[in-house]
Amino acid sequence: MSDNLTAIEKPPVAPKPDAGTKHPSGDKRFKILEVHMKKLQFKQDALIEVLHKAQELFGYLEDDVLLFVAHHLKLPPSRVYGVATFYHFFTLKPQGQHTCVVCMGTACYVKGADKVVEAVQNQLKIKAGETTPDNKVSLLTARCIGACGIAPAVVYDGTVTPRQTPESTVEHINNWVKS
Amino acid sequence: MILNDLISVKEKELAAQKKIVLRCCMAAGCMSSDSKGVKEQLEKAVAEAGLQNEVEVRGVGCMKLCCEGPLVAVDPKNELYIKVTAENAPSIVSTLKGGKASAEQTDPNAAFFKKQLSIVLANSGIVNPERIESYIAADGYLALHEVLNEMSPKDVVETMTKSGLRGRGGAGFPTGLKWGTVAKSPGAKKYVICNADEGDPGAFMDRSVLESDPHSVLEGMAIAAYAVGADQGYLYVRAEYPLAIARLQLAIKQAKQMSLLGAGIFESPFNFNVEIRIGAGAFVCGEETALMMSVEGKRGTPRPRPPFPAESGLFGCPTLLNNVETFANVPAIYRNGAEWFAGIGTEKSKGTKVFALAGKIKNTGLIEVPMGTPLRTIVEEMGGGAPDGGKIKAVQTGGPSGGCIPSQHLDTPVDYESLGKLGSIMGSGGMIVMDEGTRMVDVARFFMEFCMDESCGKCIPCRAGTVQMHNILDKILKRKATARDLAKLEELCDMVRNTSLCGLGQTAPNPTMSTLRFFRNEYEELLQPDTFGAGATHSQPATK
Repeated sequence: MSDNLTAIEKPPVAPKPDAGTKHPSGDKRFKILEVHMKKLQFKQDALIEVLHKAQELFGYLEDDVLLFVAHHLKLPPSRVYGVATFYHFFTLKPQGQHTCVVCMGTACYVKGADKVVEAVQNQLKIKAGETTPDNKVSLLTARCIGACGIAPAVVYDGTVTPRQTPESTVEHINNWVKS
Repeated sequence: MILNDLISVKEKELAAQKKIVLRCCMAAGCMSSDSKGVKEQLEKAVAEAGLQNEVEVRGVGCMKLCCEGPLVAVDPKNELYIKVTAENAPSIVSTLKGGKASAEQTDPNAAFFKKQLSIVLANSGIVNPERIESYIAADGYLALHEVLNEMSPKDVVETMTKSGLRGRGGAGFPTGLKWGTVAKSPGAKKYVICNADEGDPGAFMDRSVLESDPHSVLEGMAIAAYAVGADQGYLYVRAEYPLAIARLQLAIKQAKQMSLLGAGIFESPFNFNVEIRIGAGAFVCGEETALMMSVEGKRGTPRPRPPFPAESGLFGCPTLLNNVETFANVPAIYRNGAEWFAGIGTEKSKGTKVFALAGKIKNTGLIEVPMGTPLRTIVEEMGGGAPDGGKIKAVQTGGPSGGCIPSQHLDTPVDYESLGKLGSIMGSGGMIVMDEGTRMVDVARFFMEFCMDESCGKCIPCRAGTVQMHNILDKILKRKATARDLAKLEELCDMVRNTSLCGLGQTAPNPTMSTLRFFRNEYEELLQPDTFGAGATHSQPATK
């Protein structure tokens, strides 16, 4: 982590006057993130909005990204790290190619969402919150996605799908694994 | 924008209205069953039949009967089609020319719909949530105009007090009193916050209101801001509701373009801006002080009160914080008068309440009923009872902060006091029905696990207590606990309830306590005999 710190605090080797602070990795996503922060006027209270954008761009929040955000919002890295780890929505680990989010809200639970999770866990041999070793599928659970009228609901790669069973979920995941 | 402009928008919208309207549900529930495809096919079929001048296909918000979605309603024929697919959608259009529909229909006069009284959901399923003109045609923003031009902030607070509206977030604090306190607090800068962090698992009322009628919430916030003297508002929405966020962003943009938000609203000196703040998945952020920390971009941990947010809230300024449903009630109260609102409901609980009916019940979806409606009416008449001939065992209200109401108490009227007496709470409106197959100890453990995970960790009773209670519940379920463990569980429930810092910890034991109160036998059946003999305070534990 200390390596990253010094890397960011050092000014870029040959700064162009209008290029702003370019990230040493040359990754363009940092530039997009910086523009987003500028739009929010580098306001410190917009930290959560910035982290949402960062996760959208990078898929997860690695140390480098958190330090970049801290530096630009003039916040201590501890504060940024603290916020990123407090909220469930932010992940500090990379996710698989596909994500399967099983809603575990009360309505889904009483209609058998626990059995859906169990079936997927047995199929993929991973636990909820983990990613398969080949980086293909991440299994997650949600507290409640507000789709209680169509319980049990599963979100496949961002698409809410109603009335799932252990069989239909495993079938959906098998299609991913095969492809 | 002045009153005449508003009226001309309304008249233009009404004049443009076509004879026949096909309303297609475009809320999150139906959209997950491809209502978007249904709408596209309806539009295509209308164009092919050459009916564009007579028929409008309108994307609307929630039409309440979520379990049967996607729903399509035909006006003015008063027909309601259920489980419509992209394939059979064109057949609905063919009925307009004497054809026969292959999609299933349901009775729009069934008890599920007829027993409802809509104030908050009056526009839901009727107006197009993505067009401000549609809301204005339904008398939208008229209340805001009247408030700004004909009432002083003091009058506005007084009307709210007279209406008897109580906070719909769950605690039921009188809204008028809250507004009055913020209005009286000294300070040049004040804030209004709308709590749309609907964290209770099993509740989706606020999501539906935001997706179906976002302008009513914005109008309610603007009226509240005028009453308390605020010029900045925040809407704190869960990240799990992307559609609600998108519709709110659009609604704010449209309202700004029409100068119904921003500077000098209705050419008065009143300014009001609204910003959206997106949550990041923390249940504790539904608690008001934690929510404000999160709006400030910090970890969402609560702090002791006083000082109350009304005196020192967001950024240390006086802050008014109400729930989505509370704000959605506001425009109707000023359009129809406080007396009208106070005439609905019971003596202490006025108006209506929206419930999200889900779980082991035939009809799942949204219902809005007058306060004081018996639970039995909701669950048996409107909900249609348990599916497949099952028997209802209990109704859970209030989510992880609430309790389970057993079937013998189904005649209880739903209002703040009656539910409180049964050890449950009104809560934000989640209502989960459980049938005979549901094990109550398992339910208690489910909610305790939720509270354990969601505890922010700031105060010890909640952080450590929920873990201990969860462990005991787990032990009971594994048939490894004795009567002594049960006694310890009850002691812990009492301790955590009385010593936690915020509402999360104070109410975390509720599901356990209420299931212990009504279903104690289910716990005792799982207990093992106490091998040490001493300390067994309860009746001989069953040996199985």
